Amino acid sequence: MQQLFMAIVTMAAGVLACAAYFFVSNWLLDQIFPSRGRVGAEASRNMRIANQIRPWLFLGPAFTLLAIYLIYPVIESVWLSLHDRTGQTFVGLANFNWMIHDGEFRQSIFNNFLWLLVVPALATFFGLVIAALTDRIWWGNIAKTLIFMPMAISFVGASVIWKFIYDYRAEGRDQIGLLNAIVTAFGGAPQAWITLPFWNNFFLMVILIWIQTGFAMVILSAALRGIPEETIEAAVIDGANGWQIFFKIMIPQIWGTIAVVWTTITILVLKVFDIVLAMTNGQWQSQVLANLMFDWMFRGGGDFGRGAAIAVVIMVLVVPIMIWNIRNATREMKG
Amino acid sequence: MLATKRSPLVWVVHLSVLLLVVLWTLPTAGLLISSLRDKDQLAVSGWWTALSTSTQNLVYRAPGAEAQTQKDGKFVISGNVLEGSNAKVSAFGFSSREPAAFPAGQTATLGDGGQLTVRDDGSFDIVSDKSFEGGRGQRIFVTASVPPRFTLDNYREVLKAAGIGTSFINSLTVAIPATIIPILIAAFAAYALAWMQFPGRAVLVAVVVGLLVVPLQMSLIPLLRLYNSVGGMLGVPAKTYAGIWLAHTGFGLPLAIYLLRNYMAGLPKEIMESARVDGASDFEIFVKIILPLSFPALASFAIFQFLWTWNDLLVAMVFLGAGDQELVLTGRLVNLLGSRGGNWEILTASAFITIIVPLLVFFGLQRYLVRGLLAGSVKGG
Repeated sequence: MQQLFMAIVTMAAGVLACAAYFFVSNWLLDQIFPSRGRVGAEASRNMRIANQIRPWLFLGPAFTLLAIYLIYPVIESVWLSLHDRTGQTFVGLANFNWMIHDGEFRQSIFNNFLWLLVVPALATFFGLVIAALTDRIWWGNIAKTLIFMPMAISFVGASVIWKFIYDYRAEGRDQIGLLNAIVTAFGGAPQAWITLPFWNNFFLMVILIWIQTGFAMVILSAALRGIPEETIEAAVIDGANGWQIFFKIMIPQIWGTIAVVWTTITILVLKVFDIVLAMTNGQWQSQVLANLMFDWMFRGGGDFGRGAAIAVVIMVLVVPIMIWNIRNATREMKG
Repeated sequence: MLATKRSPLVWVVHLSVLLLVVLWTLPTAGLLISSLRDKDQLAVSGWWTALSTSTQNLVYRAPGAEAQTQKDGKFVISGNVLEGSNAKVSAFGFSSREPAAFPAGQTATLGDGGQLTVRDDGSFDIVSDKSFEGGRGQRIFVTASVPPRFTLDNYREVLKAAGIGTSFINSLTVAIPATIIPILIAAFAAYALAWMQFPGRAVLVAVVVGLLVVPLQMSLIPLLRLYNSVGGMLGVPAKTYAGIWLAHTGFGLPLAIYLLRNYMAGLPKEIMESARVDGASDFEIFVKIILPLSFPALASFAIFQFLWTWNDLLVAMVFLGAGDQELVLTGRLVNLLGSRGGNWEILTASAFITIIVPLLVFFGLQRYLVRGLLAGSVKGG
């Protein structure tokens, strides 16, 4: 409790300090270049100068933090990836060379591509189907809320929830995991699902799909509602059936949104870490890049060179999406 | 939409949505129900059987010779194998090879000549002509049908013993400031990017959009080194709450600036122009007009950031450490998964405590969450 009290005091202090910074810096600017009460050329000159400086006062703290926490680390990570485990000695591309020949890294790349193929596709698919279906029924909003709910649950919490579903008891005993209970009810043999190499990847992916479908659904549902009624009415008059309307009229009009959902989930998949750490910690051939990177960061006292090299690989995979986003955003600003 | 009304297809739609909703809620429901079950029942039967009476095999050791009484010239040890719970015994036995050899109410003859009777309410007598000897009593095996039992014991245990209580406070300590601080900083920057004229504005917006997708993994090692050296220089520990607040602020800023800028850029221009004509400065316009008008966007981001910082594991593990006193809820849960992996009564209750706060936020403020998602994705596409 005392700790929480401290946190609230610190928070209040931090917020006050921020507010004070903005207030005081503005006040100072108006003192140094006063425009009120002055006349003619001096007033307009001061006003012009103050207006040139003021944006940078507003932007200052934000961009300082962005520089320290995101921009500098990107450069530093690339730099570190060319150095040895302590970050002291330059080793050229040795870390990347090690990586190509490392079995665990190859396994991670392979698994990451599996995740990239499956998770965005299925989450978007389920999201689209659910969005289209719930729009037609009176209790659609309740259904959406319930499907959206996993979005609020942490990856670790979700991992516990699903580990319970995948729980395994030896054959012949009562299964307390739902999946094995269903399998044995149909006469199958219970399996320790998350220890089956290759297939366990899919059991972990289910968790992320379960979480992300709600996100896809919310955004695609809004996009579907944004489709002009006239286009659908025209199709109905022309005698199109439900399937044709959905695939030929509605889907083409929301391609842009589908792409946004797809890329957003793709980026999330590249960073997936918590689920793998909590479920298998990379055992049974389920390793992925983000968890491997975390592993190398602390393994044997920490190998910063290899860790940074793996981070750079993740970054390189993200760059195409980043460029695409920036181009879209600039186009939108101009248009 | 129009064509399918009133057709049999509507029922297919209702049924498939129902199926999907069940699929999506069942896992969480299972967790919640399990966390409320008696831990002995939880370990042996699925949560979907929680409401039905379960059959359990129990082992009971009768008290030793010191508990014997003399009655009608015979020596008697009595007690209750169920120890007061309201289960019903259907069968019993005295050897592990035949744990259900006798139906309840019958009398079994023990190897040493004693007579054992177990009745269906669990009460038993061991009667013998000779005096009992030795401190170890007779083992009695019973098959009992136990009625469903729900309890808050699991929660009591994890809050006290498993360290969940401490972690809960740690999580709050991390999440609240890490939510508030970026909002203020981002709001000023967003206003500058939306409404102030200066060279390089378009480039800065592009930078923010680019930083939106930079993976956290890129930042971990450089920042860990930076924190260690700054901590070393100033003589303070490298892992502090202030450090993690700033880290969460830095990582949350791109989304905050982006969301708020989009929202502010959409506010009507006339309001600002008329205020400017009246002689208001940028600072006054921002504080008195823009901030209050932007409340929905601020709320959206606050919810995002709170969920993200509360649910985060990676940043907390790297910048706050894994010591017993510092662990946040997610970290504690991962630890429990490792150390108490089979104790589902601990895991389910802990997991539910971990997810209850985000769930409350979610159900209470879902409107703002949806609005924020839409502003962040549809517009940005």
